[in-house]
Amino acid sequence: MNNKINFSKFFKVANIFSLLAVVISILFLFFKGLNYGVDFKGGTLLEIRIENKNIQIQDLRSSLNMPELGDVNVKQFGEAGDFLIKFEKNANENKKFIADLKNSMSKKINSAVNFRRVETVGPKVSGELLKQGITAIVLALSAMLFYIWIRFEWQFSLGAIVALLHDVVITLGIFSILSFEVNLSIVAAVLTIVGYSMNDTVVIFDRIRENLLKYSKIKTNEITDISVNETLSRTIITSLTTLLALFSIFILGGEILKGFSFAMILGVIIGTYSSIFVASPVLNYFKVTQKTLLKDDDI
Amino acid sequence: MLSFTKIKVLLIYLILVSAIFFASLNLKYNNLIDKEVNLGLDLQGGSYILLEIDTKPLVSQKLQTKVIPLKKLLNQNEIEFKDFTVSPELISLTINKEKQNKFKNIFFKQKENKVNNFISEYNKFELDLEFSQDKAFIRFSNFGLVSLNNAALKQSIEIIRRRIDDLGTKEPTILQRGDKRILVELPGIDNPERVKELLGKTAQLTFRLVSKDDGFGSEKLILTESGEELTVNKRVVISGDNLVDAQPKFDNQSNQPIVLFTLDRLGARKFGRITTENVGRRLAIVLDNYVISAPQIREAITAGTGTISGGFSFQESTDLALLLRSGALPAPINIVEERTVGPDLGKDSIEAGIFSLIIGFTLVIIFMFIKYKIFGLVSNISLIANLLMMIGILTILEATLTLPGIAGIILTVGMAVDSNVLIYERIKEELRTEKSIIHAFDTGYNKAKITVIDANVTTLIAAVILFVFGSGPVKGFAVTLGIGIITTLFSAYFIARHLTSVIVLNDKEGKYFKL
Repeated sequence: MNNKINFSKFFKVANIFSLLAVVISILFLFFKGLNYGVDFKGGTLLEIRIENKNIQIQDLRSSLNMPELGDVNVKQFGEAGDFLIKFEKNANENKKFIADLKNSMSKKINSAVNFRRVETVGPKVSGELLKQGITAIVLALSAMLFYIWIRFEWQFSLGAIVALLHDVVITLGIFSILSFEVNLSIVAAVLTIVGYSMNDTVVIFDRIRENLLKYSKIKTNEITDISVNETLSRTIITSLTTLLALFSIFILGGEILKGFSFAMILGVIIGTYSSIFVASPVLNYFKVTQKTLLKDDDI
Repeated sequence: MLSFTKIKVLLIYLILVSAIFFASLNLKYNNLIDKEVNLGLDLQGGSYILLEIDTKPLVSQKLQTKVIPLKKLLNQNEIEFKDFTVSPELISLTINKEKQNKFKNIFFKQKENKVNNFISEYNKFELDLEFSQDKAFIRFSNFGLVSLNNAALKQSIEIIRRRIDDLGTKEPTILQRGDKRILVELPGIDNPERVKELLGKTAQLTFRLVSKDDGFGSEKLILTESGEELTVNKRVVISGDNLVDAQPKFDNQSNQPIVLFTLDRLGARKFGRITTENVGRRLAIVLDNYVISAPQIREAITAGTGTISGGFSFQESTDLALLLRSGALPAPINIVEERTVGPDLGKDSIEAGIFSLIIGFTLVIIFMFIKYKIFGLVSNISLIANLLMMIGILTILEATLTLPGIAGIILTVGMAVDSNVLIYERIKEELRTEKSIIHAFDTGYNKAKITVIDANVTTLIAAVILFVFGSGPVKGFAVTLGIGIITTLFSAYFIARHLTSVIVLNDKEGKYFKL
């Protein structure tokens, strides 16, 4: 290899860094928690467009100053005059509530208001959706684990699952730190990240296994180094093309896909990093050699 | 890996051409087969409403209907009882211990049991009987509750379907979800608030006499128009069940919107008798525990038709007529989840989605061409084929495309090149050690195969789980992601490989091999 980088030299530093990032993420998830959207917390979300584009956000806020709404959150969403409003009240308790709110708002801010999107989730459903989301992620992780377990030896599956957990925890940790909203599409993003990161890891692992069978005298860390280097250009190119597509969604795909594509961008970067610097070192720590593979074949 | 039989080549391009044909069905001027990709509610605008029935009032109402037959049964069989009380979920009474066995026997008789129905479906009784000392407790059994719930849910779905059909909504979806919920999807509706009101109304209509004195057997209800409190008999003269039709009309004299209703034969006879006997008294028309109006009976009405006036607007009279026509829901219904997207937002979303798809696609194509030159071109052709096949399959399945679904397509575009990258990088490695170019390509494809499959299976697992657990738009994402993986494998291993083989086999001097 002409572009040989001695990756295993950086493994220790990278692992300490990863461990730190995971610990910080867990602390944030534990103490600060995630900013759940209405999907998981219940309540009402409105995406509105106000005809009078000069409207100030504080005027809008004061027009929503009604105690029955509970905690109200207003933010600019895309173009001028477009806002996203969230409040705790479940608007479905009263079937006329949304219509009344629309009237009272447009009177108070003295401009026509277009409710472009209304999402109301009751407490029971939001609880179920959260449970479903968690189940889906756990199930995806276990399915991946199972797949890699039948395809590879246990040291590999351990490496892969550590890398996956690393990616999921840090992605969610960053969401917690930045207080970004977590909704159904973020769950979809996390699952795709799981798939992507696994994909990346499997490509390197495949190569490691191939090389283990090819060279019997070389140490594990050299094998991982060779394998990571051999697959490096592929790893970079695929990440680049995927990121090209994702950035185009992030920048041009509209406000609704922003959170989703942001999570995916994070996930692709973290996932690419983890397959090199988290999954592969695990094989070194367990001193996986040709014997490991051959022993397994005997059984 | 580079040799293709003629039949294989034919088959590959036949699949591609038919996929392109199906994809083209989405274009306006191609109507050869009536198939299209459906747009999700988030793209075309519309409402997703999840309703949940509340069977509690129904249970107590049904239990109430058991009271008279039960007492009759006890009297007929000379079983003395006292302390007969009815609570919402329980009937309790005191029966002498010696008679308890006898009561048990007749209570659980399978044939001709007018109190406790035997549900042959479950081989169980509708009601449970329990003794504690001289006390007897009767409540619905679990099976009774299930069958009550199922019947109510089925009936509710039927009534909601009627209401929605009556509204003239295009292509509504009404589905049962679980054992208590109904999912309603209404694409392109312009007034979701009105629909929500119509869906949620129980619309239990009753005609009852206004009584002079309040006592046992009457209740106080509010007259909606004036807010006046009326004392109304609990006894129902006729109910909405006796209605065969209701239409909004204008009153001939006052020109006010009214609702004209027609009764069935039984209802007409009863209505005629009551109005004959009670000329001069007021008759309350009660809808869901509110009195709409309480006109005085001026003369006997025997024709079986009548009108309801209550100071309605025309919209209100239309809605009331619709509700009365479709019938009352057996149990109250609550909206537990609602998602509505306005048509203009849907349009913006499609535009933004398609725009970002085109840009993302172009960027990837440029990148691949710069990186791999002629083989980048091959990869790009297979990428375009991939995209067309995805749309073709979505069309064949008549799948629903959502905004996250478009994101799934863009993501597939980004990830699809992975297979080709894996293969080309592998070939590059082989070219370093291998003298024969053809051989290098062959081994490259061969060795990369397992990795490509492994890598795609993992993403497929994620897609399948998302499809099972996801709801609405997220499901749309899972569908495009999953289909994308399959088309990616096909286009990398058949289309791109064939094109590559054509180039490699025709290029004897090896001038293209600057991978």
